Amino acid sequence: MSGVLVVAEHLQGKLRDVTRELVTAARELGGPVSVVVIAREPRPLAEGANLEGVDEVLAVSAGRDEFENDVYQAVLEGIVAEKSPEAVLAGFTVSSMGYAPALAAKLGTSFASDVFALAREGEALVATRAFYGSKVHAELELPTKPGTPAVVLLRPTVWAPAEGAGQAVITETTVDVGPSRARHLEFVEAPVSDVDITTADFLLSIGRGIGERENVERFARLAEKMGATLSVSRPLVDAGWMPSARQVGQSGKTVKPKVYLALGISGAVQHLAGMKSSGTIIAVNTDPEAAIFGVAQYGAVLDVFELAGELEKLY
Amino acid sequence: MRVLSCIKQVAVLGEEVEIDPGGRDVDPDYLERSLNEWDACALEEALRIVEAVGDRAENEVVAVTAGDEESEEALRRCLAMGADRAKRVELDPGSSGPSDPLTVAKALARAIEGESADLVLCGVQSSDSVQAATGTMLAELLGLARTAVVTKVSLDPAAGKAMAHRELEGGLIDVVEVDLPALLTIQTGINEPRYATLRAIKQANLKEIEVLAGPSESAGAFRVRRMFVPDKGASAELLGSDPAEVAKRVSEIITARLS
Ligand SMILES: Cc1cc2nc3c(=O)[nH]c(=O)nc-3n(C[C@H](O)[C@H](O)[C@H](O)COP(=O)(O)OP(=O)(O)OC[C@H]3O[C@@H](n4cnc5c(N)ncnc54)[C@H](O)[C@@H]3O)c2cc1C
Repeated sequence: MSGVLVVAEHLQGKLRDVTRELVTAARELGGPVSVVVIAREPRPLAEGANLEGVDEVLAVSAGRDEFENDVYQAVLEGIVAEKSPEAVLAGFTVSSMGYAPALAAKLGTSFASDVFALAREGEALVATRAFYGSKVHAELELPTKPGTPAVVLLRPTVWAPAEGAGQAVITETTVDVGPSRARHLEFVEAPVSDVDITTADFLLSIGRGIGERENVERFARLAEKMGATLSVSRPLVDAGWMPSARQVGQSGKTVKPKVYLALGISGAVQHLAGMKSSGTIIAVNTDPEAAIFGVAQYGAVLDVFELAGELEKLY
Repeated sequence: MRVLSCIKQVAVLGEEVEIDPGGRDVDPDYLERSLNEWDACALEEALRIVEAVGDRAENEVVAVTAGDEESEEALRRCLAMGADRAKRVELDPGSSGPSDPLTVAKALARAIEGESADLVLCGVQSSDSVQAATGTMLAELLGLARTAVVTKVSLDPAAGKAMAHRELEGGLIDVVEVDLPALLTIQTGINEPRYATLRAIKQANLKEIEVLAGPSESAGAFRVRRMFVPDKGASAELLGSDPAEVAKRVSEIITARLS
């Protein structure tokens, strides 16, 4: 048994929350926990990753401040060869999507993503994840052996973040990975807007279930009458019906209103990522199996237009 | 210029679920199939890129899938949208559960090797499996530069480079310069996929789809042990089915929670 390697994720000089969650998951698997931090000057980030339960932090100086696929892949290939971990854990995030599957393909290891439960069973890990609109779950067997670790991307906000300072050894190395084939140039912030859905107490949120562009106006008016702020799922922003400032979810805003009324939203994992900690979630959807009902406290299997008609009478 | 576009005929589960007797997948009778949303955007982007170059006799879009015969329906839709050619690599996981991304990437690689593609586009993920892995694995197998979750792309073929916007959590854009040839995984919102005309659909049905044998059996990225309908546990309290009654309850809950 040769331990679990956690890949720290950071952006613009800050460790991302998912890193702490990965540490918790690694500790639960058991065995020595190493965290790798890849940056130009990894030391400060490495100190932040020295969390309770971490045995070693590998601070790898790789000549880049920000994430690049080729850099992460090359550094991790080197560490896997040297340390032979049994499992490599990273977050199911946009950056991981760019290197972790390639690492698994290159090393010929097992792989699973968007995993929300992970257990050890003999020589294998068993990962649980969802399929088909999150309506069913499946257990996947991931064989592991030192040198060919299971590469597993864990769903963010499932494991509790590791707290408390650790007593890890911080090992600093410099790796010359050569030029990247895909190079970070700059960041562009999402456009600023005068609506801020993150501060609203009550969000009336609409999804693709409202059907046509013409119906947006009706729900916008209903929201106003009810004293709610209107928010939306991604497809309405993709279609250009609503500005991205109103989008709830992984690539939009994370919200935590007192009440989240979800109308015609299926509850895709990237949507839930942005709203599942809301105070009270009420979901209305014609599909009784919709995943949104799994996080809602109240639900109704109903056509949103029928509900809107009745709410319009009440407000 | 040649752009390869990888697409999947996804399976959509309706309002009822039944697990297959083998216990490793949903009973296919409960699944409907359609072209993956992300792949429609990737194909549209491929078409726009090639159309911008001009002369369609020298520049082409090739749609590729790994799947069973039924998945040719999705390829036909791509042909109707404007793809010049279509290829299918035989892949049928049978009752062993949803395909793992490595097996799919290996199959797709067979159709793409030898095409000397300038660009390969995949969707970020498929709506039925949400693995977000096949494209990046394929890039590795093909030895291509890659960028995942792209919401904007502009090519500079003369310089052998492309600029891509990688959309991070919270909507932050990472502007990336990628060497060509490259593989990009395309995010929805990058464009609005065109509809096919009736005439184009008819023509597409007459076109030949090249079929290739699947890769030889090899270890995939995982083995599905069991699929199951999750325990509903502490799921939502249902407010009934009468719209007036539901509206009243909703309004009461809101009032109580906001006070
Ligand atoms: C990297 C990445 C980031 C993403 N980020 C986000 C994000 O930030 N936010 C986000 O929302 N998505 C995000 N997505 C997209 C996400 O995967 C889903 O595609 C999206 O959330 C689906 O939106 P939806 O629920 O509105 O649509 P659908 O999934 O199409 O659901 C529509 C629902 O409406 C119901 N319905 C239809 N008609 C009616 C009716 N008349 N009455 C009642 N119900 C009805 C249907 O049963 C269905 O459940 C992201 C995806 C990726 C890959």
